[in-house]
Amino acid sequence: MVQPRLRTRVLKVASDAVPAPTVRLNSFTRRFGDNVVIDGLDLSIAPGEFVALLGASGSGKTTLLRTLAGLDPVGEQDVTTPDARAVVFQDARLLPWKTIWRNVALGLKGADIRARAEAALKEVGLSHRLDAWPATLSGGEAQRTALARALVREPALLLLDEPFAALDALTRLKMHDLVLSLWREHRPSVLLVTHDVDEAIALADRVLVLDKGRIAAEERIALERPRLPDARFHAIRRRLLGHLGVETAASQAEGALIAFPTGEVVL
Amino acid sequence: MSLAATHRNSSTASWRWPDLSRARWLSPIILLLLWELGSRFGLIPERVLAAPSAVIKTAWEMTVSGELPSNLLVSLGRAAAGLAAALTVAVTLGLVSGLSRWGETLVDPLMQIKRTIPSLALTPLFIVWFGIGEAPKITLIAVAATFPLYLNLFAGIRGVDVRLVEAARSFGLSGWSLIREVILPGALPSFFVGLRYALGVAVLVLVVAEQINAQAGLGHLINNARDFMRTDIIVVCLLVYALLGLDADALVRTLERKTLAWRPSLVEQ
Repeated sequence: MVQPRLRTRVLKVASDAVPAPTVRLNSFTRRFGDNVVIDGLDLSIAPGEFVALLGASGSGKTTLLRTLAGLDPVGEQDVTTPDARAVVFQDARLLPWKTIWRNVALGLKGADIRARAEAALKEVGLSHRLDAWPATLSGGEAQRTALARALVREPALLLLDEPFAALDALTRLKMHDLVLSLWREHRPSVLLVTHDVDEAIALADRVLVLDKGRIAAEERIALERPRLPDARFHAIRRRLLGHLGVETAASQAEGALIAFPTGEVVL
Repeated sequence: MSLAATHRNSSTASWRWPDLSRARWLSPIILLLLWELGSRFGLIPERVLAAPSAVIKTAWEMTVSGELPSNLLVSLGRAAAGLAAALTVAVTLGLVSGLSRWGETLVDPLMQIKRTIPSLALTPLFIVWFGIGEAPKITLIAVAATFPLYLNLFAGIRGVDVRLVEAARSFGLSGWSLIREVILPGALPSFFVGLRYALGVAVLVLVVAEQINAQAGLGHLINNARDFMRTDIIVVCLLVYALLGLDADALVRTLERKTLAWRPSLVEQ
């Protein structure tokens, strides 16, 4: 049952490698003074690929995301990113003086802006809060609004900067499902920055481990979704934690895993 | 049991001191009563201070005769003209200084120098420059009200959350649209603090400015009343000045309620 689906998936990834990648960085370097934050990094993300970027604090993952978002100057370096890109930040960063739908519509041009914002908010399940003020939203609702604001732009590249880190565990699980279904629907390339190994394995096609501004490891996740915390899941988890330098903790933690039906694992 | 209840009732029915722990109106009323009694029994001569009842009577007469409204309008006109000039200058300079580094370098030192000179100390100079007509009065109000408006607008612009600016930039906003959608709304609460200050300053300076050879206005009324020792008219004008201050504050509050409806404290109501 599982094997044929896996094989087609691998084939699909292989055939997707032919079109031009959505994102391409060639030996990209970023310095702040003498401090090298990103050090000769090569990265390529295929159209529709879901990539998770793991790393400890200070590993350069936020800097890399900001570069791809166009928030930092790249100078003369070889950086290819699509024009249609959108960011979901860890803090939702909604403008408090605009209602929800106006936040989603921020910067949109053309006709039917309200209709487009409404459609995006409907997709994230917030069609009942169109005219609410951001101050009245819960953390999960604010992040769903931020997701709608990103999606309404029909991005070729969706950048997620630890968007679920500040949410409670149950809300986070619901957000994982929502992000996956939106990704299947719209097929943008996704770069998810996270420090949660299980989140990365549960969501991504490919997990990169960033360390001292370099990609220290890469793991392709060929498990079908939804991903249950089975033996293969644990094997990947152990390897990734090893790359992150927490080998002993990983083997100890396995006994204390709690499995959720969606395939998310919480310590 | 019913007997016990009636007994209790009869005991609570006996008179008690009302709870006046929150009656903040009480002491002003007592003061007014003492003032009135003092005037009635000749303890406070009328040329020292008119009785409250005389003040009310005078206020009514001045209103009916049109003397008070017409002079009040003149004073309001001066305050409005001065404030309008202050708003124009302060908003222009505040935007230039708040939105650009070179603007801050050019404008802010001048404003800080201006701040160290008490505005009212400029009165003699303005009389030399502009004479004793309307110009020095309006200029004085404008100069005094400019700084609080400028400073709070500048601080408000610089205080806008950079993370919001960054998010808006990532969604394609730049230049004027970024200023209009993000920076100005973000600076608005602080601007209102400045506006409230400026209105208070405008009323204060109005009082002094109207002492300069006024031919009309509240200051003119007060000057005339002083010459004829009409303390009742002086008190009426003082009350009107106080009301002006209160109304100015109420005006800003209304503006805030309309434009800052998004703020959490106001949203919850």
